[in-house]
Amino acid sequence: MAQSKKKRFYIRTAILAVLTIAIVFTIYSNVTKEKNAVLREGDKAPDFALVDLEGNEHRLSDYKGEGVFLNFWGTWCKPCATEMPAMDNQYHVYKDQGVQTLAINIGESQLKVNSFKNSHGLTFPIAIDQNKSVMQSYNIAPLPTTFLINPDGRIEKIIKGEMTEQDIADFMEQIKPS
Amino acid sequence: MDKIVCTCGNVNPAGTLLCESCGRPLNKETAEKKLVDMRYEGSARRSQTYNKTIIDKVWNFFSSVKVGVWLIVLILVAASIGTILPQVFYVPATTEEDIAAYYERIYGTFGTLYYKLGLSDLYSSWWFQGLIGMLGISLIIASLDRVIPLYKSLKKQKTKRHFSFLKRQRIYGIGNIENGEESIKKAEEKLKTMRYNVKREGNALLAERGRFSRWGPYINHLGLILFLFGVMLRALPGFYVDETMWLREGETLYIPKTEGYFLESKEFIYETYSKEESEEVFGDAIDRVGTIAKNYQTNVVLHKGPEGAVAGHLDDLTFEKEAAIQVNKPLKFDNFSVFQMDFRLDELASMTFQLQDKETAESFGEFTINLADPKPVYELSEDAKVEILDYYADFTGFEDGVPQSQSPLPNNPAFLVKMYTPEFPKGETSFVMIKETLEPLGENQHKLAFQSVETRDVSGLTVRKDLTLPILMLGGVIFMIGVAQGSYWNHRRIWIQQLEDGQVVVAAHTNKNWLSIKKDMDAVSEVANLPKYEDQQDEDSKAEKEEGV
Repeated sequence: MAQSKKKRFYIRTAILAVLTIAIVFTIYSNVTKEKNAVLREGDKAPDFALVDLEGNEHRLSDYKGEGVFLNFWGTWCKPCATEMPAMDNQYHVYKDQGVQTLAINIGESQLKVNSFKNSHGLTFPIAIDQNKSVMQSYNIAPLPTTFLINPDGRIEKIIKGEMTEQDIADFMEQIKPS
Repeated sequence: MDKIVCTCGNVNPAGTLLCESCGRPLNKETAEKKLVDMRYEGSARRSQTYNKTIIDKVWNFFSSVKVGVWLIVLILVAASIGTILPQVFYVPATTEEDIAAYYERIYGTFGTLYYKLGLSDLYSSWWFQGLIGMLGISLIIASLDRVIPLYKSLKKQKTKRHFSFLKRQRIYGIGNIENGEESIKKAEEKLKTMRYNVKREGNALLAERGRFSRWGPYINHLGLILFLFGVMLRALPGFYVDETMWLREGETLYIPKTEGYFLESKEFIYETYSKEESEEVFGDAIDRVGTIAKNYQTNVVLHKGPEGAVAGHLDDLTFEKEAAIQVNKPLKFDNFSVFQMDFRLDELASMTFQLQDKETAESFGEFTINLADPKPVYELSEDAKVEILDYYADFTGFEDGVPQSQSPLPNNPAFLVKMYTPEFPKGETSFVMIKETLEPLGENQHKLAFQSVETRDVSGLTVRKDLTLPILMLGGVIFMIGVAQGSYWNHRRIWIQQLEDGQVVVAAHTNKNWLSIKKDMDAVSEVANLPKYEDQQDEDSKAEKEEGV
């Protein structure tokens, strides 16, 4: 009698646990899916290869061991334009400390991106994502969005919206290889 | 609580109302009733007997049909509230602020409240999905709690039932019959021809048919559970994709969520019916509304990037196939379907200008700017060229003297250009907009005269993948099997026994369709001499009527 009671208790606990886990998992992934699409902090950053305006190829996996400050932007986006000079300053401070800055423009023309770069005096590498495949694999919704990628190639942080120069400096410090 | 040992020797689980084996009532309450409740064969629904640990309490909560019905009612009410205003998904806004503003603008205070309460995204809210999940748990536990005891008691039932069980059946008769033994034998033969499954035990007979119809409700729940499981799988990555993409003629874009597939649009086609070809069918409608769409079509080429390639490059794409996507005729590849969903006609694609002397209108040549990719310099002749200094695709005006563009779409293109002519080898600066030209550095002698414009269409495509469909389909089919099983078959049992004092008892039970089992009984009575049966429930209602209750 006592034994069958014990058995019943374990069976019921097991069934309830399996069902609860399944439901909690479903709700959790549904709720987070909308907010943050597929990529989350801690995930491995999807690899990509893009050629910058100078003709140099940047492949994310080549920067293993270094931090990558990955900024998605467009020339029409005002907060992007505001934060770019600050990014350029910090690019110079951190480029020799193992933090690479890369700005990815979302599918605009070479001419427009060039004129923007010249008029703002930007020196960090800028690449254009012509077919929007990098944008899709990083699920960029609002611009600007910045991904901090640590030396292990994992996403340290996702920042949506404008950053101050102090923010940028702190973020670059965060992904500096030790 | 302890097990109940019946006088017949069978050991029944605690809470059993009727002995699984002989059918004797096992408690006073049941014994006092004139008729027995046969719904679960008087078996112990375990949920109603054990109530010890917290796990048991949770289990019992979900086992309750009452709770299940309440969950269904709550889900119905919640789901209908979600239909009062359009859900976020259908709102033409993307950012949180825009969505909030949209609800306020269109629906006023109620809209704001609706949005603030989260009803605008009700179906993906945690609590709505929680309710659905709880209904799933309720379905599983309530079924388990009923089907297992029911199965056990139907399996254990003995052919020879105790008299107290028989006399409490709705259809019941008793009487002295000559040659009782003989009659039971005749009844057995007859029942066999009526496709009853007949068992004998001494002077007792049990004829049974259609027992499997008792499993109908549980099969039907199994289908529902499978259906919910399929819906749950959609949350897992890789099972379900529903994305949209806007593709311009001539453009090649990555298809979202696919493994390195790219789609190139060759042409978008929009056709309408002409009056001549369809006077009979659409003539009136064309007169009334102007145009009737005949075809929306995007001619595409599917490309694939190299194996293991990373995002980024457009190079080394390999041709996969050409296709024409029409409404309801999607492009299919790799479990994905790309549907024609929407379109925008005539987006500006290129503009042609002529470099002219303002007074003499003398031309130095024409050039065409591709608005998706303007070139830095257009050479017109040896000593005349136009340099594009900057480009504003969606020009909105000046801010502190700086031209502004609000989007990358060429809705209102403007150019800052330098014109080089033999007379002005250092160039003249001009700001060229549609229908207007500014000369920021003083009056020019030359201008860019607008010649023509070319447009292109944009296709709105939906990218779909749903690996859960076969599971949903299977769930639906099993559901229907369960419904049919429970509706079109009934579980009928007929007991005939000769008691020790020589009297013969007949009793019958069916879970539905009492008229048919009475007909079966009548058919048996025609060949075998059996006591007359009575419908005890009917008698009760008759008695009640007579008493004027």
